[in-house]
Amino acid sequence: MTDFLAALREHIPALLVIVPLLAAVIIPFSPAPLRRRGAAVSLLANAAALALASALAWEVFRLGRVSYRFGGWAPPWGIEYAVDPLAAVMLLLVAFVAFAASVYSGAAASGEITAEKLPYYQSASLLFVSGLSGMVITGDIFNLYVFIEIASLAGYALVASGRRRDALVAGFNYLILGTIAATFILLGIGYLYMASGTLNIADLRERLPHIYHTKTVLTAFAFLIVGFSIKTALFPLHIWLPDAYTYAPSPVSALMAATGTKVGIYAMIRVIFTVFKPEFNASVVPMKAILIVLSSAAIIYGAAMAIAQKDIKRMLAYSSVSQIGYIILGAAVASQHSLTGSLLHMINHALMKACLFMCAGLMLMSTGAEKVADLRGAGRRMPLTMAAFTAAALSMTGIPPTLGFVSKWHIGLGAVEAGYWAVVPVILGGSLLTGIYFWRVIEPAYFGAPPQSGHKNAEGGAPRWALAPALALAALGTLLGLAAHTPAVGAARAAAELLGR
Amino acid sequence: MNRRPADNPVAATVSALLIPFMQIYALYLIAHGDLGPGGGFQGGAIFAASLILRAIVFGLDREEERRLDNIAGLLAASGVLVYGGIGLLCMLRGGAFLEYPALPFADPKTAYHLGIYGIEIGVGLAVAGAMLLLFMKTAGSRDD
Repeated sequence: MTDFLAALREHIPALLVIVPLLAAVIIPFSPAPLRRRGAAVSLLANAAALALASALAWEVFRLGRVSYRFGGWAPPWGIEYAVDPLAAVMLLLVAFVAFAASVYSGAAASGEITAEKLPYYQSASLLFVSGLSGMVITGDIFNLYVFIEIASLAGYALVASGRRRDALVAGFNYLILGTIAATFILLGIGYLYMASGTLNIADLRERLPHIYHTKTVLTAFAFLIVGFSIKTALFPLHIWLPDAYTYAPSPVSALMAATGTKVGIYAMIRVIFTVFKPEFNASVVPMKAILIVLSSAAIIYGAAMAIAQKDIKRMLAYSSVSQIGYIILGAAVASQHSLTGSLLHMINHALMKACLFMCAGLMLMSTGAEKVADLRGAGRRMPLTMAAFTAAALSMTGIPPTLGFVSKWHIGLGAVEAGYWAVVPVILGGSLLTGIYFWRVIEPAYFGAPPQSGHKNAEGGAPRWALAPALALAALGTLLGLAAHTPAVGAARAAAELLGR
Repeated sequence: MNRRPADNPVAATVSALLIPFMQIYALYLIAHGDLGPGGGFQGGAIFAASLILRAIVFGLDREEERRLDNIAGLLAASGVLVYGGIGLLCMLRGGAFLEYPALPFADPKTAYHLGIYGIEIGVGLAVAGAMLLLFMKTAGSRDD
């Protein structure tokens, strides 16, 4: 037994990707009654992935960087999986949200996805998770592209699995833009390979500095940033996102909004700080200024558009555009504090946005509410859902003592530290607007009179197992905010490592 | 799709001659993938093309269509399972994922050869299944 566990430990990085991948293709073979429900396989695989990710994180924090050689080929020739503390935390985050989403969807998906599509949905969501884990864990830039494609293709199918016809259009638009993004990324990787002759990320980092000023490398960097900007929905390349998140079923919105764009940003950060050295972004290309302007615009535009929305899920989708702006702003300023804040905000936004989309799904299930206006008196009719929603909204706004406050504080501090005073009003203004669009929901929910026709307590209408993960996410996010010292220290260390200090 | 064998005698005769050769050539490409040009992707694509050609020229009745639809999905999934299964087998024998020399064969060279052979079969199944599935979903009659 101990031998087996010791052998297993060595293979955790590979298994973390392989378990969900194989589980996805086992679903079509499972007997029909099980397949109709489909949730069991997905739940088991996600639980296994969460256990593996926890074990891996434990290992990495105790012993340092873990590396896995595929097929026994040594890097830089073979494909390497490399896990440093930052990657370990991202893997844990993806696995945790995926597990929460699978618990939620086991109870909630049947309401929003037709029965014959359910097994496809379960398969696609497992493929999506497998692709995201692969993107985080891989130490090979071409392998990164392969996993981007796995996650994206599964993502297009997931968006299109919604009941309404609009979901098909949203999925198709996402497919077109996502494919353009993937093409940019692949061309960028091709140029890097052409110039350096290597695909291993650690090897690229060593070889590229000699050829930083060649046109091939500059083009590669520009292509990679454009590609990832579309994938992460950075303003003004965000147009696929609002429709995709609005029309996708709520378990899909929760999973994608929490993990999809976050892992995209993680990959972008890896390109800026690990494939290239931080000096490249600081001195060779003017990308820093461009990203700061665009992400500042994203913060204000996303929040302003969110205020104008009537549909709850569309409001949350525009809120994502705004929060993605915060994360990229922190990474673009690239000072110690701002990068720390950016990493913290990535965690905060992943947990809280998953929770918010689950709450939106719960509101739809229990009272049929889709519009902000339908939520009058919701605080009394579904107290637990609204409590989770409020906790997540507070953290998203950045009210102390939440994690959102800590992350935005660090981003602001970092901007001042680096001399970018102009973005401080953007950060504060964005938070204010965030407060406004969430207050539009919370105020009538708690202080408005419920409509006469409605039931007194409608929460019974939603399955209990769909409520549990939303509450768990809100509780975890709040807990991380109250004990913000530990994540902040960890993020600061990861940021220092990224900046090469 | 309706059954229409006599629509075009030229197409019917040529494809009746061609299909067996396409399928044998596809199998050859899959088997030959680790030594020369070819491999699971090309072989699988050609194999699926032979079935698609048959469906276009001779048509499919509803029963055949339903069966092909079911089989295509399972074929695609089983391809991934074969690939992953070989990788896991290497792991169980003490190697890394897809480290062929760990496979239980006489010498590492044979293990490499047969390991890659197995992988090519998996890729072939997955590609053939996926291509058939694409064809069935876009050209097949919709029952939903």
